Amino acid sequence: MTARRTWATARRVLAQLRNDPRTIALILVLPTALMTLLAWILPDSEWQKYAPPLLGIFPMLVMFLVTSVATLRERTSGTLERLLSMPMGKGDFVFGYAIAFGVLAIVQALVVAGVCFTLLDLTVRGSAPLVVLIAVVDGLVGTALGLFVSAFAQTEFQAVQFMPVALLPQFLLCGLILPTEELPTVLGWISWLLPLTYAVNAMQHVVVDTQLDTRFWVDAGVITGMAVALLALGAVTLRRQTR
Amino acid sequence: MTTAAISVRDLTIVRGPVTAVDHLSLEVPSGQVIGLLGPSGSGKSSLMRAIVGVQVMESGSIDVLGQPAGSPTLRAQVGYVTQDPSVYSDLSVLANLRYFAQILGVTDDSVERVLDQVDLREVADRLVGRLSGGQRSRVSLGTALLGSPQLLVLDEPTVGLDPALRRDLWTLFHQLATAGTTVFVSSHVMEEASRCDRLLLLRDGRLLAEGTQSQLLERTGCQDIERAFLAIVEGGAS
Repeated sequence: MTARRTWATARRVLAQLRNDPRTIALILVLPTALMTLLAWILPDSEWQKYAPPLLGIFPMLVMFLVTSVATLRERTSGTLERLLSMPMGKGDFVFGYAIAFGVLAIVQALVVAGVCFTLLDLTVRGSAPLVVLIAVVDGLVGTALGLFVSAFAQTEFQAVQFMPVALLPQFLLCGLILPTEELPTVLGWISWLLPLTYAVNAMQHVVVDTQLDTRFWVDAGVITGMAVALLALGAVTLRRQTR
Repeated sequence: MTTAAISVRDLTIVRGPVTAVDHLSLEVPSGQVIGLLGPSGSGKSSLMRAIVGVQVMESGSIDVLGQPAGSPTLRAQVGYVTQDPSVYSDLSVLANLRYFAQILGVTDDSVERVLDQVDLREVADRLVGRLSGGQRSRVSLGTALLGSPQLLVLDEPTVGLDPALRRDLWTLFHQLATAGTTVFVSSHVMEEASRCDRLLLLRDGRLLAEGTQSQLLERTGCQDIERAFLAIVEGGAS
């Protein structure tokens, strides 16, 4: 793995995105529109409570989809096979994608959170930039999961089917629908294995606490660690030789 | 006597329910244009994938340029073109070549050289997805030429190209061979036999025959390789 190849890969993925402005528009406009809808539906107190965790869920969802489809395309078009027959590190591929989609996640989080904080009157007691930070790390988790599951999918139809499998249980158990303490014991344990739980937890800290204590940083550290571990796992499980 | 660029010993490859390559042994001499001819499904692609180190082998071994196939050091020395053009259709020709050049660690001079070699300079700024099939496969071929590899493994590079272009590519292959590159090229079109210095005939994952075109024609007493292929198949069956 070299910085040059990783960086070249990230730039190449971003160049591909630039040639596809409609996808970029969808990635930025759709979550913003959904948040606007939510702000409209919910009474203000509920909106203030639910908006920050949702700001963490969107990037994970979108980045998961974008990454699993993009890497699957690399497999089916043969470009991945070609790259792996060249002096390309597996880590170059995975982290190149992570950097490119990380940039996309940053833009998305800035746009969506920006609209929420300005036009939609969202306020948090903690620091708004940290909301963006957690959202970006969540996007990286989505990218890592997408890279990982794309290894198990043979068609784009299959890849899309993995989305509910990878994300819906996390959504149900993350504490947004029911606080994790109130979940059945076993499900409570499971919820602490899932990255989204930490993201939602961290977001909820920012909502209510003016001074962030160590619990916030533990949550933030755990999701970051999980994102990096999942990316590394994605690199390790990438097979240079296939059947 | 030249040393072998590729030597395959007792290679077996299983893909799904099919034994694609069946206890195959062969040698590919270096510095020549070697044709791997056989019908589709004869195991050409599996053999080529194994040579470039992306295919799981059931048994047997392959040495490429004196090292086991798939060795990390070989990745910069072997150029590989898959059957379908494996380049990014949503990037321009130039962006594709520049990216792969960076992966190979070669300069933009190579990109310039390749644009001329595969005659794509006029469409360099066009998206690959908007090009014709023939142009797209030339982008794919150009990518393999970037690193000035010692061995070029080309899986059906001339399929669907117009005759003039096909002739130009064969000329290019011979120029590369003259400069010392081993060009290992597969085809299911038997007429392409006459373009190669040496032929390997493959059928059902086994080596049917090898030699120069004239040797094979002489052996079978046939007018062309298509008939020679048939004569060997039927001769072997009886």
